[in-house]
Amino acid sequence: MRSFWREYRRSAVAVAALLAIVVIVAMALAAPLFVPQDPYDQAGLDLGDARLPPGEVGSGGYVHWLGTDNAGRDLVSAILYGLRLSLFIAVGAGAVAMVLGTAVGLFAAYSGGRVEALIMRVIDLQLSLPAILLALVLVAMLGQGVPQLMAALVAAQYAYFARTAFGAAKAERQRDYIEAALSTPMGGGQVLWRHLLPNTLPPLIVVATVQVATAISLEATLSFLGLGLPITRPSLGLLIANGFQFLLSGRYWISVYPGVALMLTVLAINLVGDQLRQVLSPKRR
Amino acid sequence: MTTFLLSRILQAAAVVLVMSVLVFLGVYAIGNPIDVLIDPAATQAMRAALIKQYGLDLPLWQQYWRFLTNLLRGDFGTSFVFRLPVLPLILSRLPATLELTVLAMTIATVIGVPLGIWAGYRPNSASSKAIMAGSTLGFSVPTFWVGLLLILAFAVELRWLPSGGRGAVGEVAGVRLSLFTADGWRHLALPALNLSLFKLGLLIRLVRAGTEEVMGQEHVRFARAQGLPERQVVGLHVLKNIGIPIITVFGLEFGSTLAFAVVTETVFNWPGMGKLIIESITSLDRPVMVAYLILVVLLFVAINLVVELTYGVLDPRVRARAA
Amino acid sequence: MSAVLEVKDLRTSFGAVRAVDGVSFAVGRGQVLGLVGESGSGKSVTGFSIMGLVDPPGRVVGGSVWLEGEDITPLLTRGGEAMRRVRGARVAMVFQDPLMTLNPVLRVGTQMAAAVRAHAPVSRAEAWARAEAALATVGIPSPRQRLSAYPFQLSGGMRQRVAIATALLHGPAAIIADEPTTALDVSIQAQILAEVRRLADETGTAFVWITHDLAVVSSLADEVCVMYAGRVVERGPADAVIGGPRHHYTAALVASVPGGHAPGSRLPQVAQGAALQDQGCPFRPRCPAADAACAGPVPEVAFGAGHLALCHHPVGT
Repeated sequence: MRSFWREYRRSAVAVAALLAIVVIVAMALAAPLFVPQDPYDQAGLDLGDARLPPGEVGSGGYVHWLGTDNAGRDLVSAILYGLRLSLFIAVGAGAVAMVLGTAVGLFAAYSGGRVEALIMRVIDLQLSLPAILLALVLVAMLGQGVPQLMAALVAAQYAYFARTAFGAAKAERQRDYIEAALSTPMGGGQVLWRHLLPNTLPPLIVVATVQVATAISLEATLSFLGLGLPITRPSLGLLIANGFQFLLSGRYWISVYPGVALMLTVLAINLVGDQLRQVLSPKRR
Repeated sequence: MTTFLLSRILQAAAVVLVMSVLVFLGVYAIGNPIDVLIDPAATQAMRAALIKQYGLDLPLWQQYWRFLTNLLRGDFGTSFVFRLPVLPLILSRLPATLELTVLAMTIATVIGVPLGIWAGYRPNSASSKAIMAGSTLGFSVPTFWVGLLLILAFAVELRWLPSGGRGAVGEVAGVRLSLFTADGWRHLALPALNLSLFKLGLLIRLVRAGTEEVMGQEHVRFARAQGLPERQVVGLHVLKNIGIPIITVFGLEFGSTLAFAVVTETVFNWPGMGKLIIESITSLDRPVMVAYLILVVLLFVAINLVVELTYGVLDPRVRARAA
Repeated sequence: MSAVLEVKDLRTSFGAVRAVDGVSFAVGRGQVLGLVGESGSGKSVTGFSIMGLVDPPGRVVGGSVWLEGEDITPLLTRGGEAMRRVRGARVAMVFQDPLMTLNPVLRVGTQMAAAVRAHAPVSRAEAWARAEAALATVGIPSPRQRLSAYPFQLSGGMRQRVAIATALLHGPAAIIADEPTTALDVSIQAQILAEVRRLADETGTAFVWITHDLAVVSSLADEVCVMYAGRVVERGPADAVIGGPRHHYTAALVASVPGGHAPGSRLPQVAQGAALQDQGCPFRPRCPAADAACAGPVPEVAFGAGHLALCHHPVGT
C-alpha cells in the first residue's frame, strides 16, 4: 500500500488533482450545512432575485458570489447541490455498473467456449455503440427521473467493466498458479473469488475512475439536452442549459460558472485516473 | 481475401438482423405498439382502421415480419410531428450532420495524429507533456459547455463568427452542402471545432500510446542498428505499424462522433439528424426514434465492416488467418 | 593479426548501476569471439554499447571502442549522422528473436532494401537485387520468393538467416550477434552455427557471439570471453578456457553443461548471493574458494597463449 502511494506521488499534478477531488466532494457533501439557500426549495426562491450579476446582494440579505440564475437561485448553492446530485448519480451508477459488468466479464472468462463467445460478442457490440446514443435511447424509453437516469447510465457503462474484467481474468486464467489452485479441492467459485478477482481489480479501478468522470459528463449532457433530471432538481447540465439564452445578452455567469465546476471535477478525476493507470499498469509490477 | 470479405459481410448482416429484432421488441416493450405507430390524437374509428392496416391484431412474429419487410422496402412509417415519411425526413437532414462530422473528424485527425506521434516519439520532452496535458483537458471539458464558451468568445465578444445556424448551401448532384459557400464555412467553423475537441483529446492519447509502444519494439531497434536514418525509421517502421490500430479507432470514432453531433447541433442550432432526434424524443415522435435507431445500427455495422476490411488490407497477418 | 574490433576497458552505466564495468577484448578478421554470461551479466549491453544503441538513461561512461584501428568512442555517445554511417555498414548487429526484429507488416524485401539504401544511393531495383544476393549467401533457397514474403510466413531459422543476411549487406568488418539462436530449435541452431562459421571463414567478417550457452560457444568460437556482473572474469582461446577453466565461475559454468558427468554424480553447487560492485571480485559471495583477500582489487593472471583470468585464487593454483 505504501509503495503504491509512493509511486502515485511521483506526479505532482495527480496529487493536486486528488486533493481537488477531496475538496470538491467535501464541499458537496457538506453543502447543506453552509450554503445560504436550498435551491430545490421552490418556496424559498424569489423571482425578483433573478439574473443578478456576481457580487450583488439579493433579497435574502447575503452576497451572491457567483450571481443568480433566471429563477432567482443563488448560483453557489445551486452549483454545490448540483454537484452533490451529479456525484451521487455518477458514483452510484458507476458502482452498480462495476459490480454488474465485472460479474458478467468474470463469468464469461470462467465459462469459456460458446457461452464466452456469445457474451463477449454482445459486449463488443454494445461497446461499439456510443454511450450517449445508448443513454439517449434508454432515457427516452424509461422517462425522466433519478432512478431511470441511473439505470440508463448503468446500461451504458457496464460493458466497459465487463470487457476489462474479461480481459484481465482471461490473462490470469492462463497463469500457472490458477491451474495449481484449480487442481486443489478448492471449488471453482473459490478460485474465482480468492485468486482471479483480486488480480483483476487494478485495471477495474482505473476503468471505474474514468467511468465516473464519463458518467458525470454524460449526465450533464443529458440534462443539458432536457432529457436528464427533471427541472425541479437542477443539475449542473440544466443550469447551463437555462443560462444559454442569456449568453447573447451578456449574462454569462449562469452558464459559465456551473461549467467551470463541472470541468474542474471531471478534469481532476481524469488526472487521478491517468496516474492510477500509470501506477497500476502491469508493466510496472 | 474473398472468403474474408464474405464472412465479414455475412456476420454484419446477422448483426443487423438481430438488432432489428431487438428494436422491434423494444418498440413493443415501450408500451402499446399502437401508440408507437399511430398518432395518439387519432379517433377511435381511425385507430381501428389503422390497427387493421398495420396488422396489429396479428400474432407477434407476423407483425415482426411486416416490420422487417416494410423496412426492406424503405418504409419507415410517418412522423407524427412533421406528418412526412420518416426515411426521407431523416435523409434530408443527413448532409448537414455529415459535413459537420467529417469536418470535425478531419480537424481532429490533421491536428491530433502529428501531435500524438510527436508526443510518443519524445515522451519525456516538455512539449510532449504539454501536449498530453492539453489532450486530457480536451476530453475532460463537457462539449456543450465549450460550445457555449466558443459562442461567448467568438460570436458575442469578438463578433467574428455567427452564433448558430447553418450557412448558405450549395447543391451538387442533389446533395445540399454548406461546404460550398463561404458563408457556409463561417457557420461551420465553431460547431466543427467544438465537435472535434473531444475526439482530438482522445486521438492524441491514442496515437501517442501507439507510437510509444511501437517505438519500444525490437524491429525499430533493428532498423536503427542497420543505420537507417531516423526519418526513415519512423516513416517506414513506425507509421504503418501504428496505422493499423489507429484506423480501427478512427472508424469507430467516426460513428461515435456522428452520434455525439447531437449535442453540438443543439448548442449551435444546426439543422442536422441529431437535432431531429432530440426533438423527436422530447415530442415523443416515435416513428422517427425507431427509424433513427435502425439507421444508426446500419451505419455502425457498415462502418465496422469497412474498418475490418481496411484492417485486412493493412495487416497481412489478418488476411492469412482468415484464409 | 591486428584486431578488427577492439574494446578497451569499456564502461556503461545506467545511473548508479554499472552494467558494463571495465570490459576489454579484441576480435580479429574471420574470428568468432564468444561473449558468455548469464542474464544480467552485461553482455547484451556491451553489444549495444559498441553499436551506440544504449537506451537512455544508460550511457557509455568510459573506455574506448576501436573499429578497424579507428577510435569510434566519441561517436557512441554523440550519436548523430557519423554513428549512423558506421552502424549497419561497418559494424552490424543481429538480435535474439527474429519474429520481433523483423517488422511484421512489411515484406522482407522492403525491409532489406531500406537497409541497403541507408548506406548506398542505389535504385530500388538494385537494392532488391542486392538483398536477393545476400539471402543466397546465407543459404536461403529461392531467395526471390523469400523477398516478397512477410516475416510470419517464414520459419524461425529462415527469419534469423534473413537477419544475418541483412547484417552482411554492406560487408561490415564486424557483426555482433546477441543470442541469435536462443529462440530456435537445437537442430536449426546447429545449421545456423555452421553457416556463421562458413561466413566468417569466407568473408573474413569478425563475429562477437553473445550467448549464455557454453555448448554453442565450444562448437563455434575461436576465443571466449566470460562475463560476470559487468566484468570480464576470464578470457582466452575457446579450447583453453572451456577445456581448462581458471576462474571459478567459468569452472561452474563448464561443469553444469550436461554430458561429461559420471552417472549419478551431482552437479556442483554454486552458492546463492548477489554480485557486488566494489573494487573486489564480484563473484566472491558465490565462490567456493573465496576468502578475505578477494575483497581487494583483483589481479589479472595470465596462463599463456592469451588465456587470462581475473582471480585471486585461480583454479589449479
